[in-house]
Amino acid sequence: MNTIIDLKTATTRALNSQLQSEAAAPAGSRWQITNVRGHHSVAVGIDRPLSVEIDGNTGYFCAGMNHGAEITVKGSAGQGVAETMSAGKVHVTGDASMAAGASGRGGLLVIDGNAAARCGISMKGIDIVVKGDVGHLSAFMAQTGRLVVLGDAGEALGDSIYEARLYVRGSVASLGADCIEKPLGDEHKAELAELLAAAGVTDVPVEAFRRYGSARKLYHFNIDNAGAY
Amino acid sequence: MCGIAGLFLKDSALEPRLGELLGGMMGPLSSRGPDSAGFAIYGDGRPDAVKLSLHGESEGHVTAVAGRLAEALGKELSFAIRHTHAIVSVPEGDLAHAEAWLAAHAPEISVIGKGRRMEIFKEVGNPVAVGKAFGIETMRGSHGVAHTRMATESAVTTDGAHPFSTGTDQCLVHNGSLSNHNSLRRELRREGVKIATENDSEVAAGYLTWRMRQGQSLGQALQSGLGDLDGFFTFVVGTESGFGVLRDPIACKPAVMAETDRYVAFGSEYRSLVDLPGIDNARVWEPKPATVYFWERGQ
Repeated sequence: MNTIIDLKTATTRALNSQLQSEAAAPAGSRWQITNVRGHHSVAVGIDRPLSVEIDGNTGYFCAGMNHGAEITVKGSAGQGVAETMSAGKVHVTGDASMAAGASGRGGLLVIDGNAAARCGISMKGIDIVVKGDVGHLSAFMAQTGRLVVLGDAGEALGDSIYEARLYVRGSVASLGADCIEKPLGDEHKAELAELLAAAGVTDVPVEAFRRYGSARKLYHFNIDNAGAY
Repeated sequence: MCGIAGLFLKDSALEPRLGELLGGMMGPLSSRGPDSAGFAIYGDGRPDAVKLSLHGESEGHVTAVAGRLAEALGKELSFAIRHTHAIVSVPEGDLAHAEAWLAAHAPEISVIGKGRRMEIFKEVGNPVAVGKAFGIETMRGSHGVAHTRMATESAVTTDGAHPFSTGTDQCLVHNGSLSNHNSLRRELRREGVKIATENDSEVAAGYLTWRMRQGQSLGQALQSGLGDLDGFFTFVVGTESGFGVLRDPIACKPAVMAETDRYVAFGSEYRSLVDLPGIDNARVWEPKPATVYFWERGQ
């Protein structure tokens, strides 16, 4: 049975304390949060496999620091949704504002709509599937993890990227520094198929995507570039 | 930080509630800009008169100055006193005389706006308290913008509060900071644009005024601004009949918009939109970077 928390009466601090307490919210318990009304920091810092449904559009940092919960936002999310997530799943049925999944270390973030600028900035192991478009500077300094975009990517995709792998079905406005297109091998098709399945995408062939990653030319200081600094 | 709220009504049945709705949007944005607040309201206008928004020290002060101005012009002037402001309606033919008289005889008064329909109110202090002091909730109109300020580029003063108006019925509010405002201010002053303060946002307002004076539409002026204004910005601007939004190409400053068949609304955060009528079924989206959004009232 769902425990319903109404944010018209409860504070986000009280809500988060409850969700973060093992006694109040044991593993496997189900929660529904209503009247979110754009509040910031809703359902953050959960370290157990809870099921949390958030009804409505959220403010900043929703589901931040998630470590194991399955969190669904029925609406759009403000900036920094699922930032620094390390495990679990966050699903946004609408759009996400800037910096979705920022610095995430693990888990899966699925966005049914579009994600704005800097989606997956500094990602460190998180997987992100965006069914619409992503804005400029997405996967900026992305270290590890996978970003899958079913729509288009904005300017400077993967700028200063390390070892994250990027898959884009639509157009890419431009690639950032040291980001290049790479061949889509069988192992990439296999991981892409897994990610699409995990995000509930069944009608898109993996061959429709192109893969992007690091040219690995910015890893070390190059004396020839000294004049540029 | 800084917070912006804007509301452009498509359904005239909502016009009596403009101030109430816009004022309500300010509360949740107070934490983004607790030091001062301001409003521009596009209300009723007369074809043969211009409204001057005068800011003075107190209610008594602006009342006395408005009285002395009427005496100097030898006319009965209609004026409304709200807190530290007077909105004085001056016949078009007397406008130059009125402005010259104010500069010469009441130099301590700031003329913070003039327009056929636009009225500007701004003051330092908590945004909700500032709104209450002006009675924002009682104001009617077709569109309006509001701002809560966290000062970065110039001092916390009433003259440093937004909106800024540098042209008739034109106003601008800004979240961000411009880095080329000093050089641009000098150029605009050379071009004859009046810029009263050292504030960066007023330069942006002056820039748009200058471009529109050259014959550009507000939409075109905003487009030109993308090339000439250096820095971070989300702007919301108003004209007598229009309402525009522009974000810089990097788009660090937040923006959320909502549209229904009754209104278009802008908020720095979604929190500020949640009490608007029909918001649950509104189209809610984030305006794209470096993209001009503009709405115009049907004539």
